[in-house]
Amino acid sequence: MSVDTATVKKVASLARIAISDADAERLAPELNNILGWIEQLGEVDTSAVQPMTAVIPNHLRLRDDVVTDGGVRDSVLANAPAREHGFFGVPKVIE
Amino acid sequence: MTESTYRIRGETAEWEVVIGLEVHAQVTSNAKLFSGASTEFGAEPNTQVSLVDAAMPGMLPVPNRECIRQAVRTGMAIDAEINRWSRFDRKNYFYADLPQGYQISQLYHPLVGEGHLEVEVDGSLKTIGVERIHVEQDAGKLMHDQHPSMSYVDLNRSGVALMEIVSRPDMRSPAEAGAYLTKLRSILRYVGSCDGNMDQGSMRADVNVSVRKPGDELGTRTETKNVNSVRFVMQAIEHEAMRQVELLESGGTIVQETRLFNPDTGTTRSMRSKEDAHDYRYFPDPDLLPLELDEAFLEECRASLPELPDAKRARYTDAGIGAYNAGVLTAEVETARWFDALLATGANPTQAANWVTSELFGALNRTGTSIEQSSVSPAQAAELLALVADGTLSGSLAKQVFEVMLKTGQDPVAIVEERGLKQTSDTGAIEAVIAEVMAKNPNQLEQYRGGKEALFGFFVGQTMKAMGGKANPAVVNELLKKALS
Repeated sequence: MSVDTATVKKVASLARIAISDADAERLAPELNNILGWIEQLGEVDTSAVQPMTAVIPNHLRLRDDVVTDGGVRDSVLANAPAREHGFFGVPKVIE
Repeated sequence: MTESTYRIRGETAEWEVVIGLEVHAQVTSNAKLFSGASTEFGAEPNTQVSLVDAAMPGMLPVPNRECIRQAVRTGMAIDAEINRWSRFDRKNYFYADLPQGYQISQLYHPLVGEGHLEVEVDGSLKTIGVERIHVEQDAGKLMHDQHPSMSYVDLNRSGVALMEIVSRPDMRSPAEAGAYLTKLRSILRYVGSCDGNMDQGSMRADVNVSVRKPGDELGTRTETKNVNSVRFVMQAIEHEAMRQVELLESGGTIVQETRLFNPDTGTTRSMRSKEDAHDYRYFPDPDLLPLELDEAFLEECRASLPELPDAKRARYTDAGIGAYNAGVLTAEVETARWFDALLATGANPTQAANWVTSELFGALNRTGTSIEQSSVSPAQAAELLALVADGTLSGSLAKQVFEVMLKTGQDPVAIVEERGLKQTSDTGAIEAVIAEVMAKNPNQLEQYRGGKEALFGFFVGQTMKAMGGKANPAVVNELLKKALS
């Protein structure tokens, strides 16, 4: 697998990261080096190995259906660039 | 099973419509899917938000057992395969109502697999396949009309559990889609996994529509988002199918796209989204281990399922209730619950069904009350029906007593005693009244005896009226026949 500058730009835009054309030119070979390195793992035969879902053998714990949280509006809104009447205020988004 | 014959008649050909529905149903639970914040509707903005829901760094989601349980029970209710091993994935996109920047959902290994449900359209049964049910987080709510340049964000709904119920593209007409949605809603409400409240958005449907000439391969589909009533779903399908046919027949092609439904005009329009908007880059959520369910959990889910609409309907028809009434009585869980309580008193099923669907429903409709708020209890209804069955009340007296019950909430026996509404079969009293009526109406009497037999009804009416409606109609008929001849 390898990426070209167009793919780099697309992935960056999906992640909302602004990069210049020059950055994209520089990043494409860097990313390709990383991808190539990871692809070496494909040389190991894993056909008889179950996919590992966690490092520690553990089970997913479930919670009881009880209200134990909330009512912390000030903390929730503390870092908001704009708060209005208890809401977050964001630049208008209308499709 | 008969195939639908619904067709769109175009300029050049007849077109078949192919429909699939993705229904988002809010799971009934106290707390959210991955946090301990409340799910209650209508609270002050951002007061039911934990730091998990607000996606603060370092917060860890922990699944709510009840949400999983409800989704499993829903799956069982539509005969679906339950996956004892499932997993959560991240669906990545940016929007102002999604603080995490991703929705936790289940793409690769959903909790519930293949199932199905049966719908009845125009008297014939059809099985609609359900491809899967997965569990995911709801997003927050945006308000656009409060400020000239800002949208307001309320995260109270953020993180509430949703079931996404994905049908197979098995429906072929708006009516079938409407029947499917209605049936699904009914099942969810019986199971208790979703309140089915479409006005409040607890249930909304994404409608996939394509058209083709019968026998052809599937056409390109469009998806109309967030349609929130059965009627709107049917309208959206009709409009969208017609639009596609017109477009194809004028030489155009259908673009696979997301559309919006406008309830005011009954039409759909393109959302004109950016083409890469659907690149969600799903991957397994590293914050969550796979969800593994044991047999004891599944057994508890199975054991807690109530009698479902189809089974209940079959039980009613077996008891002699007509198919139509059985359908009406089982459609809403509250009605069925009330009617079951009435049957439990030993009431005659057919009579009880007739009375509930005509008298009780009539009264509830008139006053705009739901059956749960009805001032008449199942036990009182049973008492009223018993008074009719043993001849104490005639049909018309029963109606009078019922009116009083509705107003006062009193027991029928007490009303009958208090107001002296008992039906009388006292032949002496009735004969006396008949004699009076005949004396007062010599002209009619002459005409009747002269062969105008239609006047018999007139005499019945006069006699009943003179007795305040309390005479036994059968006895009146018999005595009148004798007296008039």
